[in-house]
Amino acid sequence: MVNYIVRRLLILPIILIGLSLLIFAMISLLDPYTRAALYVTSPPKTANALNQIVVEYGLNKPIPVQYWNWLTQVVQGNLGWSKTAERPVLQAILAYFPATLELALWSFIPIIVVGVWLGVQAAIHQDQLIDQVARVFSIIGYSFPVFVFGLLVLMIFYAKLDWFPPGRLSDWADLIVSSSSFHAYTGMNTLDALLNGRPDILLDALRHLVLPALTLSYIDWALILRVTRSSMLDVIRQDYVTVARAKGLKESDVINKHARPNALIPVATVGGLVLVGLMNGVVITETVFDYHGIGFWIARSALQLDVVSVLGVTLFEGALLVLANLVVDVLYAYLDPRIRLG
Amino acid sequence: MPAWLRALFKNPASIAGVVLLIGFALVAIFAQQIVDIVEPAVAQMEVVQSPGNPYQIPRDGFTSQPQPPSATHPFGTTEGQYDLFYGVVWGTRTAFEVGIIITTLTFIIGMLTGLFSAYYGGITDLVLQRIVEVFLAFPFLLAAITAAAVFGPKVHNGITTGIIALTLFGWPGYARIIRGDVLTIKERDFVLAARAVGVGDFRIVMRHILPNSMYSLLVVASLDIGTYVLTFAALSFLGVGAAFGYADWGQILSFAHDWIPSLATYWYIVVYPGVALVLYVLAWNLIGDAFRDALDPKMRGMRGG
Repeated sequence: MVNYIVRRLLILPIILIGLSLLIFAMISLLDPYTRAALYVTSPPKTANALNQIVVEYGLNKPIPVQYWNWLTQVVQGNLGWSKTAERPVLQAILAYFPATLELALWSFIPIIVVGVWLGVQAAIHQDQLIDQVARVFSIIGYSFPVFVFGLLVLMIFYAKLDWFPPGRLSDWADLIVSSSSFHAYTGMNTLDALLNGRPDILLDALRHLVLPALTLSYIDWALILRVTRSSMLDVIRQDYVTVARAKGLKESDVINKHARPNALIPVATVGGLVLVGLMNGVVITETVFDYHGIGFWIARSALQLDVVSVLGVTLFEGALLVLANLVVDVLYAYLDPRIRLG
Repeated sequence: MPAWLRALFKNPASIAGVVLLIGFALVAIFAQQIVDIVEPAVAQMEVVQSPGNPYQIPRDGFTSQPQPPSATHPFGTTEGQYDLFYGVVWGTRTAFEVGIIITTLTFIIGMLTGLFSAYYGGITDLVLQRIVEVFLAFPFLLAAITAAAVFGPKVHNGITTGIIALTLFGWPGYARIIRGDVLTIKERDFVLAARAVGVGDFRIVMRHILPNSMYSLLVVASLDIGTYVLTFAALSFLGVGAAFGYADWGQILSFAHDWIPSLATYWYIVVYPGVALVLYVLAWNLIGDAFRDALDPKMRGMRGG
């Protein structure tokens, strides 16, 4: 086990260096004046200031020299200046990240609970009505573009019924949250509201979370459903399950205590990837729902050609994804000893 | 009839997929004729940006308020008086183009990389696989947005930006799969036999390895068309895929973002392009599901990637 983790950790720096090279290759395609924004921490005061930066940071030097300079900056946490967020990129990432994490967590719980339940039901009733319904449901699920789904639920539940508005908070709640009497412990509104003892703000935040969380979940429901189903089908055909039945256990015990725990091993891996994959989904979901998190910011940056912000976030999330994959693989190896041999 | 083709007509779901797809193909082929017949007035309208390009949606004035379906505009108009029917019909052609071009490009690049990597092995394999891993390390959509933001200003026309962005980060998946296939095939006896009688590297790859590793994968790859169209539409929705006013479903839907509080009134700016996009992707996925069952029963219900 230790060997396995060490082996994985040894590959990690190679991938991270590759990641930085790829990002830098894209940076190199930009003109020197756009690249200048990578090195500063405030907007330029005069036109000439820009020229100075180009010279000072060697943006007219050979590419390998520039790569080294850039890498030293990045390692020190300087990802440049974001035009769209009007602050350094790293600060902007830290400011927007809690909102995105909050949304991802609130989507993750329903995905797993509903997905696993539907998957188990589909497997134990294979080829019966519920299995067919689950199959159709999941095909439609991954055929439905996130933004079309988002626009449709907004059309019905906001424009028509006015139940769940877009945004993160209502205006009155936003005033309280940004005031000095409200302490932002985590930046996640639902958690902060609890910690500050404000049930009214908790409710308001939840009301804004319902639609985006639903939009983020439905695609992954389909995924978790399918993984659970096929792994459950594998498991319930194995001898030890037959033995459990033969010795006269109740069917519910056979399923819940013997079959399901083993069937959930692949789900744990996929679940880890889903949590990371939500980072992908948030770009569109946050844009549709005007939910100010990393995804919303990055979509706006791309539109305003604020490449520095986009590249910064890509680097940040690429690194995050690499680390998450590592954790998932190790977790998988821990849950299923057969993997470690491979 | 080969087995994979027979698989298509086994269950009602895949038949529905085939029927839908044929319908879309007909609309794409006869786009011009359909527009001429259904809305002759719009077909005659001047296009302001890049005139003469049939992919640019004609505008009936410049008022920002969307207009409801009428005799002249059967699906109504969206923000800026872009005609929705025209956009949806021509958007079908865009959908086929985007899907087929991206799938072909990613497949060729992935195939060459995977083939090279597996056949030569050793240090070549090690380096190429690390490169593939780096590309796979990015969240796909985010990477595509980045690429689109970098390349967008350089190639500002039509759908090129989105195609470059998705191709750049789409190929590594295929490289992975083909590498695995080639690794098993190159150990088989017929390859050894060919080498024993002195056949050169190039010929072994082209005549013996490639045909044996590619067949099933080609089918799977063609089914990714739906996924690419969906992702491309997402890029367009964010404003970095297709050019402004281009007949692309995602691009048309992006107009709806400005009218969210009044979508109950302007439902048509979401429903028509939205339904077209959903049905198109659904058609590919229904067919894909049937193919996967036929190719590998164990894979039933699983999606790659």
